[in-house]
Amino acid sequence: MEWLLYLFAIVMLILIVYPIYFIVIASFSDPAAVANGQMWVLPKGFTLDGYKELLNHSNIWIGYRNTLLYTVIGTIISLAINVSAAYALSRKDLVGRKSINIFFIFTMFFNGGLIPTFLTIRDFHLYDTFLVMVLPFSVAVFNIIVARTFFQSSIPGDLWEAAQLDGCGNLKYYVQIVLPLSKAILSVLALWTAVGYWNSYFNALIYLKDQDLYPLQLVLRNILITNQMQSSMGTGEAALIALRLANLMRYSVIIVSTLPIMCMYPFVQKYFNQGVMIGAVK
Amino acid sequence: MNMQQTIGRIRKNWGLYVLLLPAVVLLLLFSYKPMYGVLIAFKDYSPALGIMDSPWAGFKYFEKFFNSYQFSSTIKNTLIISFYSIATFPIPIMLALMINQMRVNRFKQVFQTVTYMPHFISTVVMVGLILILSSPSTGLIGNIFRLFGAEAPNLMGSAEWFTSVYVWTDVWQHAGWDSIIFIAALSAVDPSLYEAAKVDGASRWQRIRFIDIPMLLPTAITLLILRIGGLLGVGFEKVYLMQNNLNISSSEVIATYVYKIGMLSSQYSFSSAINLFNTIISFILLILVNQAAKKYSENSLW
Repeated sequence: MEWLLYLFAIVMLILIVYPIYFIVIASFSDPAAVANGQMWVLPKGFTLDGYKELLNHSNIWIGYRNTLLYTVIGTIISLAINVSAAYALSRKDLVGRKSINIFFIFTMFFNGGLIPTFLTIRDFHLYDTFLVMVLPFSVAVFNIIVARTFFQSSIPGDLWEAAQLDGCGNLKYYVQIVLPLSKAILSVLALWTAVGYWNSYFNALIYLKDQDLYPLQLVLRNILITNQMQSSMGTGEAALIALRLANLMRYSVIIVSTLPIMCMYPFVQKYFNQGVMIGAVK
Repeated sequence: MNMQQTIGRIRKNWGLYVLLLPAVVLLLLFSYKPMYGVLIAFKDYSPALGIMDSPWAGFKYFEKFFNSYQFSSTIKNTLIISFYSIATFPIPIMLALMINQMRVNRFKQVFQTVTYMPHFISTVVMVGLILILSSPSTGLIGNIFRLFGAEAPNLMGSAEWFTSVYVWTDVWQHAGWDSIIFIAALSAVDPSLYEAAKVDGASRWQRIRFIDIPMLLPTAITLLILRIGGLLGVGFEKVYLMQNNLNISSSEVIATYVYKIGMLSSQYSFSSAINLFNTIISFILLILVNQAAKKYSENSLW
């Protein structure tokens, strides 16, 4: 019986890994060989043309820079706001705790919707600004709940009693004692939040007009999905070559844009067991 | 507790309110203020007049939506995609049960790492990937079909495949990640329960059936309620990116329709009305499902 389990698991691993692996080898291969189905296991007709082509696309690099800024600044802001709120909500001696909880959770199920939110952002003159990408949507109630649960279950209440006797105030206690004890949950939330910022395109689509502010995902959308590159193509043989180069670049762009976020993951993985496990299960 | 005591306690913990302040202010500005803007669904909103002074329109825009030919098709598409997605809900649970059975630790770790991985791919890249790989002429899927001498279906270029592609690529991408929470729940099982079951001669299946599954039930029900609450909220992001003229008849959902009416053709009031209708139905569903869960399983959100 046992071997059946592992066999099944191995089939699943192949189904998950192969498409990703295929993209990787396709980005190094002759696009004609990829298109004709000659490339299966190893790159065929090794080439770096896709990556070279990438270098010529300044849009991608502007997008890259913007996304990096949005991700770093957004994650810092979001983490600071959410973790602080979560800690306050985790304290049983917070007066009005129940109502404040409802105030937060209500927003998970009810919101103004696209247009009213858009009008609000516009009224605050945030439309088409850097700030709109990092500030208005930085409160993540789900993350607050996860962090709150973590604080409740792993920071002993006696610690606060003791700190209080030593004359330590709430803010000092939070910064000097609670935060250093919460590395696990902080790193897990940082990962979630950073992945969110790195991968998001919806807010940019709605709230940005200036191409110089476009995050990477919006640039990628133009390259991968709406095919903006092909519009400038000629006909015949030249068009075919251009089409193949465009396809090749698609594979490379997928690699270049996904690699950074995949690289982050192993570094925080060790905190996963502690962080998610404690945080996620009520 | 009297007034004086309450104020005293608030004053003693003023630091906690400082910590809460930024989140509260942001929610007030960007979540609660737009809720007041929902009023424009009942008004003939004109940007020049603003929300307050625009004339009332009553239920005009709701009626317009109910009478439009998009009404039944967007709702039908939204529901089909939702129910199809919810049907795949047990997959992460099965994954967790599988992982829990693995004895070879090294393999277990690799398996978990690999199944989580696709979760980190962005929606844009994911849809780009689907487009490239599913191309019948040049993509991986086309080539696999040709290997067997068959003709590949045009997955992205036909309405009939849209829902399946949407749902199963989602399973591919997120099932591993979604299993984390169930793995966590399973890790809380007291090992002595298994020991006792073994002593009583319970087989592996019986242990899964009578220990593991009951253990997962509360978490599963909570998540299922949340999912059903979001039934009509089929994500805008992936559907919108996957949409094209060829599959639009099964890919236009409420969220994409709201976006097109509101952002692309600037019919603010109409768009808000559709959105509000959507939110209200979702809210009612959430309450109904929660009630049912409370009645039949003693698990509920509140």
